Parts: sequence; C-alpha cells; structure tokens
Amino acid sequence: MSGMAAPSEYFILSALIFGVGLAGVLSRRNLIAVLAGVEIMLAAANINFVVLWRMTPDAGQTGQMFALFSMAVAAAEIAVGLALVIQIYRHFRSSSIEKPHLLKDGEE
Amino acid sequence: MDYPAQWIWLTSVLPLLASAVIVALPRGSRQAAAGLAIGSLALSTVLALVALVSVMMSGGVRSVWNFEWFRTGGGPVEIGFVCDPLSAGMLTMVCFVSLLIFIYSVGYMDTDARFDTFFAKLAFFVSAMAGLVVSNSLLLLFVYWELVGLASYLLIGFWFSRPSAEAAAKKAFITTRIGDVGLLLGMVWLYHETGTLVFFSEGQGVLEEANLKLLQGMQSTFFGWSLAGAIGLLLFCGPVGKSGQFPLHVWLPDAMEGPTPVSALIHAATMVAAGVFLMVRLYPMLAGSEVLAIVAWLGAFTALFAALIAVAQNDIKRILAYSTVSQLGFMMLAIGCGNPGAAMLHLLTHAFFKALLFLGAGSVIHGCHEEQDVMRMGGLRRDMPVTWWTYCAGYVALSGVPLTSGFFSKDAVLASVSGAQTVLLPVALAAAFLTAFYMTRQVCLVFFGARRVEEKHGHGGHGHAHAAHESPWLMLVPLIVLSIFCVPVFGSGSGLSAWVVGSHDSHHGGHAVWVMVISGMIALSGIACGWWFYGRTPLRAGDADPVQRLLGIVHIVLRRRFFVDQIYALMLGALLRGMQGIVSVLETLFAAVTDFLGVAGCRAGGMLGMAADERVINPAFDAGCKVADWKGRCVSSMRTGYLAIYTRVAAAGLFALALLYMLWR
Repeated sequence: MSGMAAPSEYFILSALIFGVGLAGVLSRRNLIAVLAGVEIMLAAANINFVVLWRMTPDAGQTGQMFALFSMAVAAAEIAVGLALVIQIYRHFRSSSIEKPHLLKDGEE
Repeated sequence: MDYPAQWIWLTSVLPLLASAVIVALPRGSRQAAAGLAIGSLALSTVLALVALVSVMMSGGVRSVWNFEWFRTGGGPVEIGFVCDPLSAGMLTMVCFVSLLIFIYSVGYMDTDARFDTFFAKLAFFVSAMAGLVVSNSLLLLFVYWELVGLASYLLIGFWFSRPSAEAAAKKAFITTRIGDVGLLLGMVWLYHETGTLVFFSEGQGVLEEANLKLLQGMQSTFFGWSLAGAIGLLLFCGPVGKSGQFPLHVWLPDAMEGPTPVSALIHAATMVAAGVFLMVRLYPMLAGSEVLAIVAWLGAFTALFAALIAVAQNDIKRILAYSTVSQLGFMMLAIGCGNPGAAMLHLLTHAFFKALLFLGAGSVIHGCHEEQDVMRMGGLRRDMPVTWWTYCAGYVALSGVPLTSGFFSKDAVLASVSGAQTVLLPVALAAAFLTAFYMTRQVCLVFFGARRVEEKHGHGGHGHAHAAHESPWLMLVPLIVLSIFCVPVFGSGSGLSAWVVGSHDSHHGGHAVWVMVISGMIALSGIACGWWFYGRTPLRAGDADPVQRLLGIVHIVLRRRFFVDQIYALMLGALLRGMQGIVSVLETLFAAVTDFLGVAGCRAGGMLGMAADERVINPAFDAGCKVADWKGRCVSSMRTGYLAIYTRVAAAGLFALALLYMLWR
C-alpha cells in the first residue's frame, strides 16, 4: 500500500464529487446538464468501489468488475436518458427541466 | 486441422466482420456489400465443410475448446466452442442454405434503396446463428440466442415504414422474449446446482456423466420431478418461443412481413431451427425425465393445430408459415418421443425444402408484381416454368411423397412416435395428411387453372393485368440447387441421424415397415383429396373456396386462426384494465385516508369548540374545515408534476436519512 493516500482522503474525494454531481442535478435547468450530474454521481460511486477493493486483501478482480459493470449500466442509462431528452425537446421545443410537468396526471 | 473446435468459431466471426465492414462503407456501395456478405459466407461454408469432413474422418469424435471468460466471486466463468457431429452438421446446413439465400437476395432486393443495409443485417443474422451452433456453453449460446432475436427484429422490420412490418417485428421480439425468461431462469437454476454452464469439459460439463447423474438423481421441489426435468421444463420455454410452439406461435406467421429472403432464413436455417437445435443439444439431460411427455404432447398439438389453420389461409407466405409451425411441432414430437436423431433429420431436410418453398414463393410474388393472395393467382405453370418445377420438388418433399427427403425424415419421426407415445400417432398422421392437403391446395391454386385477377385499372394505359414473368437467373439458380436436395440424398436417414446426435438412441435402429407404408399412403391420400377439391375443376375468379362451402363456420374459425391473436388482445386488455382498477382503488384509498385525517381534524376542532363554548361550534367547524382544506392543498401541492421539485424532495429525504443515520450512531 505504499504510495497510497489514506483511505479517508479517497472517501472525502468521492463524497465531494458526489456532492458536485448532486448539486448539478438539483440546480441545473437543462435536462442534459442534469443527466451529466447523474453521471458524476455514478463516477463517485465507482471511486468507492475501486478504493474499497484496493483495501481488501485477496479480493480478486471484484471491485474493478463492479466498476466496469456500473459504467456499462450508466452508459445504457444515459442512452435511454438522452433519447428521452430528445423526445421531450421535440414535444416542448425546449430541454428545460421546468417545462415537462406531465408527471402530474390529468389535463395539460 | 486436427482440432476443429479451435477455429470453428471463425464461421461465425467472418460474416460478423463482413457485416461491420458493410456498415462502415459509404451508402449505396451495393456491389461491395453483396460481394462481402456472400464472400464471407462462402468462406464460412468451406470452413464448416472442412469441419464436417474432419469430424467424419475421426469417426465422430467431439473436440472442445474452452477458456475462461472472466472470474468473479463464485469462480471462473468459462465459455468455449465445440465441434461434434451435431454442431458440424447443423453448421454446414446453416451456412450452405444461407449462402443460397444470399445469392437469391441479390436478385430479389435489386430495386431496394437500402440494398447494402439489408446485406449487413443478413450477414449479422447468419453470424449469430453460426455462433449459437458452435457454442459449448449455455451462457454463450444464450448470448447468441438473443443476438439471433435482435437480428430477426431488425430484418422482419426491415421495411419499417410499413406499420404492419413494424408491429410484426415488435411482436416477434417480445413474444420470443417471453419464452427467454424461462430459459434464463433455467440457466440460473442449472448454474446453482452444477456450478457450470459449459456443455462438455473433460467430464465436468453439464451434459457429462457426473453432472447428469446429479441432475437426474435429485428431486426438486417442483411436484417431485427430478432436477433435470424441472430445469428442462424451464429451459424448454425458450425453444417454445423461438420455435413457435403453441402458446407462443403467434409471431411466426406475422414474421413474413419482412422481405421474402428473410422469411426463408427465419423459417429454414437461422431462427426457428435454433429452438429445436437447443433441445437436441440438451437431450442427454432431458432423456428419461418427466418433461419429455410435455414436449411430445405440445409438439403433436402444435403440428395438428397449425396444419388446420394452414388449410384456410389465402396468403401464399402465410400458408408456408403455418406449415413451418406444424413441421416444428413434428420435430418437438420426435424429441419428446426420445428420438432427437429423427428431429435433427427432419430439421435438416425441412431446412432445405422450406427454404426452397419460400424462395419459390418469393419468385412467384416477384413474378406476379407483389401479389400474395393465392386466390388472385393461377396458371403460373406456363409463365414461370423453372419456378414451377423447383416448387414442385419442394412440394412433394413437404407433403411426404415416398422416396423424397421429406418422406424419410417424416417417417423417422412417425416411427419414433409409434415406438414411444402411440397415443399421439393418430394426431401426427392427421397433421401429415393435412400437410399434403394444404400444399396440394396451394399448388393447384397458384400454378394450375387460369389467372384469376379482376380488372383493377379499367381505363388508362394498362387495362389488362400484367402477365406474370419468370424471375432473373440470379434467383432461379438457388432454387435449382435447393431442389436437388429434395431427392433422397438423406436416404439412409436413420444412420445419419444416429450419427449426428451420438449413439444413445440406437434402440430406434429397426425401422417399422408398416409405419413407412402408412405414412406414404397418408401423403398420397392427402394429395388426392386436395386434387379432388382444387385440381379437378380449377377455380375461376370470384369462386368461393370449395372447402369453405363444406366446412361452413368451422372454416371461418380456421381462417381467423382460432382467434388466438384476438384472445391474447382481450386478455392483455383485461390485464391492463385490472391493473388500472387496482391503481384507482389505491388512489381512492389514499384520498380516503387524507380525507379521514381532515375530517378527524374537523371533529377535533369541533370537540374543542364544544368544550369551550357551545356557541362557537360553527366558527370552530369552519376553522376545522379550513384546516382540512389547507391539509388537502398541502398534500395536493406536493404532486406538482415538476421534475425539479421531485428531485429536490428526494435529495432532502436523502440528507434527512443520512443525518438520522449519523445521529443514531
């Protein structure tokens, strides 16, 4: 483990990145920026996977496997998400998060 | 050369590479696309032949090549490739039939604007199927299985601007997926019990001695069946979807919305054959288990059911599609009766003559200017001689006329039925009779008599219907080659089928002569019957179907395909309505609870007021109502529908939980 920072520093890093992503999700108006925020949050989770794997003896490749897995899932998710954004844009002529309040049932 | 499993995967990779290159080519490079697809597949065919010959030379020795794909918590996950008589024989058929279909497509798709895309998708389709055949692991096979499903979706919906093609593609994809859920569950269970999904691996594979003993010896929680039977039943769900067995057969007849070469591929070589192939591959596990009876009954039922429907259809491709469903039922029946060799033999012969019939139908459609209704054809014998003679070869083989390839394979199926599930023999014979009957009907309507086309354009330049014309040679040559395979090249069928699946069905060696005689007579009487109704006096334009007069309302039921599609639509509708009902009940409950809280608030307010002074009841009541109203507004304002607010509320909840967790500790 020589040359490695203390684990807590990694966790602080990942928590910061997670916070940045969450702030993006909560504050941005543009749906694409919101999706980017979600991706950043996922990246923070990946850092945790890899760090915890590195700290565990005899863990095989499981941590890296999981990080790869979550990247693949994130890629699939972003594909669907962007497709939705395009549909929303076509429908409302805007990709702002304020526009579609169709999650509410009933009229409009 | 002496270890074919190490390079047999190339047969799958070559068409895949070709497909990738075609996609990268600029749009409209038609010759390059066709050349790449056909060239790669020709190479694959040669490789498959070499594999077949080398397996033959070695006397049917199985060679496997396994390697570790990845390692995870539970241990290594292995995949691999296998070359044994079963995979080599199947692979040769797949590559060869597909090659002929590719050549035919060059002629058939000549005028299509997306010619190169079509070849990219075709090559992808065949690549997936070849991979499926040579996989030595259920996991790898499943991957290719899904790729085959994806390719079929892309190709059935090739003309996606037609709503019917789009719907058919979705239907095929979703219907087969229903079966795949069972297959996936079976795989998980199998992995749980044996710890591996590799078929053959030096005694450690699922289909080898040690694991077979384990699976067949242990009881499962499923009605006390053996593990092999219960897992086999789940795995069987996949082939039911893929090979169009009864409850899930609905996608197959609709799949003809794709271009005709695609129908030929799906019905002969690449799609429906996969289900039967998987059952034959897994047969060592299924042998002697309880699931075989279910396979046999379902197969027999499907064979008769689809044959009945085929009698009343008027679309030339739809007749052939139901015929495929029926023949697949025969194959499943043979597997259920403990004779996978017969199933495999019927699969191989059927692949050749069904590809021939579909390509012939394509040639007819092409010649009649995209007309598909047999009632509007007729007399094409004179206009399209080559198509007529080759179609004839496929027709006699499918009908099971003695001494054709179809006769020998169908006879092998019937013989195994007579040996194992004698109860089902009449059902199988009835289906065989109907096969000969509906094929005779089709051939009489299409090729005999006079052309039955009404005047469509009364005025204008072309008053008369266009004369049918023979197709270009590029389409006729594959037909001629395929028709050669309808003569009894597979004459010594029982020997070949025993060799293909290994020696474990040697007890079926003796052929029952009486079955052969009966099956021949059944075929001939079916043809005679068809000729009596349709050939004796050719139909004229506007005539009703003679059988329709005979059967009356039954005919309508048959023509509407036993209303299966409508029943499914009704059931799905009812299901959706049921869910809607549940949701609305929940909503009402939720509303009632909030109302109750409000009213309770009211009452509480009222009581307080009564305790203080009777005269302030009314103001207190009003206040209470205001409270209720305010609460209601609060609740309803939470449901704004704005995504941004929802995410913020969720984040706030997350923070609250995290805070709670920290404080709790």
